[in-house]
Amino acid sequence: MLEAILLTVITAATPLVIAALGELVTERSGVLNLGVEGMMIMGAVVAFAATQITGTPYIGVLAGIAAGAAFSLLFGFLTLTLVANQVATGLALTILGLGLSGQIGESYVGQPGIKLQPIEIPLLADIPLLGPLLFRQDLIFYLSIALVIGIHWFLFRSRTGLKMRAIGDNHASAHALGINVIRTRYLAVMFGGACAGLAGAQLSLVYTPQWVENMAAGRGWIALALVVFASWRPLRVLAGGYLFGAVSIGQLHAQAFGIGIPSQFLSALPYAATIVVLIIISHNRRTTMINTPASLGKPFVPER
Amino acid sequence: MKKLIIALAATAALLGGFNGGAQAQDKTKVCFIYVGSKTDGGWTQAHDIGRQALQEHFGEKIETPFLENVPEGPDAERAIERMARSGCALVFTTSFGFMDATAKVAQRFPDVKFEHATGFKAAENVATYNARFYEGRYIQGQIAARMSKKGVAGYIASFPIPEVVMGINAFLLGAQSVNPDFELKVVWANTWFDPGKEADAAKALIDQGVDILTQHTDTTAPMQVAAERGIMAFGQASDMIAAGPNTQLTAIVDTWGNYYIKRVQALLDGNWKSEQIWDGLKDGILTMAPYTNMPDDVKAMAEETEAKIKSGELHPFTGPVKKQDGSDWLAEGEKAEDGVLLGMNFYVQGVDDQLPQ
Repeated sequence: MLEAILLTVITAATPLVIAALGELVTERSGVLNLGVEGMMIMGAVVAFAATQITGTPYIGVLAGIAAGAAFSLLFGFLTLTLVANQVATGLALTILGLGLSGQIGESYVGQPGIKLQPIEIPLLADIPLLGPLLFRQDLIFYLSIALVIGIHWFLFRSRTGLKMRAIGDNHASAHALGINVIRTRYLAVMFGGACAGLAGAQLSLVYTPQWVENMAAGRGWIALALVVFASWRPLRVLAGGYLFGAVSIGQLHAQAFGIGIPSQFLSALPYAATIVVLIIISHNRRTTMINTPASLGKPFVPER
Repeated sequence: MKKLIIALAATAALLGGFNGGAQAQDKTKVCFIYVGSKTDGGWTQAHDIGRQALQEHFGEKIETPFLENVPEGPDAERAIERMARSGCALVFTTSFGFMDATAKVAQRFPDVKFEHATGFKAAENVATYNARFYEGRYIQGQIAARMSKKGVAGYIASFPIPEVVMGINAFLLGAQSVNPDFELKVVWANTWFDPGKEADAAKALIDQGVDILTQHTDTTAPMQVAAERGIMAFGQASDMIAAGPNTQLTAIVDTWGNYYIKRVQALLDGNWKSEQIWDGLKDGILTMAPYTNMPDDVKAMAEETEAKIKSGELHPFTGPVKKQDGSDWLAEGEKAEDGVLLGMNFYVQGVDDQLPQ
C-alpha cells in the first residue's frame, strides 16, 4: 500500500517539479514568465497529438518539449526584443495557450491515449520498495531527477551558470562586462518553455493519458509559486514539489479512510503545508535576498 | 492610411451585411450559454450535443448560436444580455451559476424566453430544467452491489451540494437494496474538472480497497485508472466506454437534446410556458449507456429496475430510509418529496464519510 501511495505521489509531483525547474532557470536570468500554465498546456496537447499521429509516445515527448520552447519564443520576442511588460505578456501567453490548445486538441477530445511505458533499470529495479519507486519509472521521471541535479550544478558550479546569475542580479553590470544579456535570456526563456512543455507531456502521456481542454488545471501556477517559495533553489523545488504531491495524495487517502475532517480543509492543506514548510526552510531573510534575482521582471534595453 | 480606411470600410460592410442577413431571414433563434468549452468532454459537451440534435431536428427552421466559456457571475449577465439583444427567442443558460444573471436579464427582456439548467429561480419568462440523475445512480448502485466482490464501492464526488449528495444517497440505497451491508467510501475532489486530481482520487480509493468506482466529476481519468488497475467503473455525463472498453458497466448519459427538441417545439407552436421541469429516465433527458461487462442476470436486473423507474413503479427514495445518524427519514412506503431532494444536505445510513457542511 505504501508503495502504491508513493507511486501516486511521484506521478503527481513530477510535472510540478519539472515546470518549476524551468521557470527557476528563466527567473534566475532575470525574466519573469507567468505563462507557465499556457506553455504547459501547449506541451500537453502537442505531445498528445504527436503521439496519436505517430503511435510513439517518445515522439510525443519530444514534440511537447519543442512546443513549449517554441511557444516561449513568442514571449521572448515580445519581452526581450520588443521590451513589452513581462507580467502582462506572461498572462497573455497563458490565456493564448489555453485557447490555442483547445483549438488544436478539438478532434482529440475523448480519444484514449497511449501511455508512456516505464523503463526498468536492470538490477536496481529489484531493490524492495526503492526499486519500483525510483528505477521502474518512465523517461520523464528520470529526466526530472536529472534536471534537478543538472540545474543545481549549472547554476552553482559552472561558469555559464554564474554568468547567467550575474545577469539576473544586475543586467546593466553584466552587459558592461560584455556578457550578452539578451541572448542568454532568450536561451533561459526557451529552457523554461521546454521544461513546461515536458511537464505538459507528462500530463497527457503519463499522469492521465488523454486530452481534455484545460487539463493542466492550474498546475502551472502552482509551479510558479513553488519557485518563489523554494527561494530559487533547485533542490528546494524538488522538496517543495514532492511535499505538495505527498499532502495532496495524503488528504485523498485520509478522506477515503474516513477520518472525518472536513474535505474543504483537507483540499486546502497541500497549499498551506507547502507554504509553511518552504517559509520555514527559507526563513533566513539574508540568504533569501541573495537568492532572489535582483533584476527579476525588469526590462533591459542595452545602451548603444 | 488609405489602406486602413479601405479595411475598415470592408469590415463595416461585412458586419453590416452579416447583420442585415440575420434580420432578413425569419429563422427562430434559439441561443445557448455554456460555462465551459463545447469540447470539454463532459457537461458542456453534453449540452452541445443536445444543441446539435436540436439543430438537426428542426433544420432550416431555427438557428442555434452559442457562447462558450462564459464565466459564472457578472460576465454571464453581459453574455446573456448580448444574446437576448441579438434577437434570440429562447435562451438556454446551461450552468447552475448563471441563475441570478438569467433572472436579471429576463426582467429586462420580458419578450424573450429563458430556460435555466439546474437552478430554482423561475419567472414568467424563465423556466428551469434539470434531470433526475439520481434515478440512474440508483441503478448503478444495484449493479455495484452485484458486481463488487468486497462489498465496497468508491465514489469520487465534486462539491457538497444537494445534487451530488442526492447522487451518493441514491447510489447507496440502490446498492443496499441488493446487499444491506454494502459500504461506500467517498472522496471529495473539490473540483468538477481536473483529470490529474480525479485520477489521484481514483487511485487512493482503489488503494483503500474499493473494487468498484463511480464518479460525479467530469473527465474520463477515473475510468482510465480503473481500467489500468483492473476494476469496474461507471461513466458520468457521457458514455465513457472508449476510456474503458472492458471496464465500464454503464454510464449516466445526459441527453439534453430530447428535452431541447420538446421545448423548442412548444415555442414554435406558441404554447411555451414557464415551468419548473425535473425530468427523468422516462422523459429521455438522461439515458443509461449499454449495460456492458456484466453477467446476463445482473444486466436483466438493471433493465428491470430501469423499466420500473420509468413506469413510476419504483422511486429510488422510498422508505423505510434512515439518515446517517440513525434517525428516521422516510417511513415505510413513503416517497421523498422533490423539495427535500433538491435541498438534500444529509447522508442516508451506511455512508462511510462525514458530509462537509
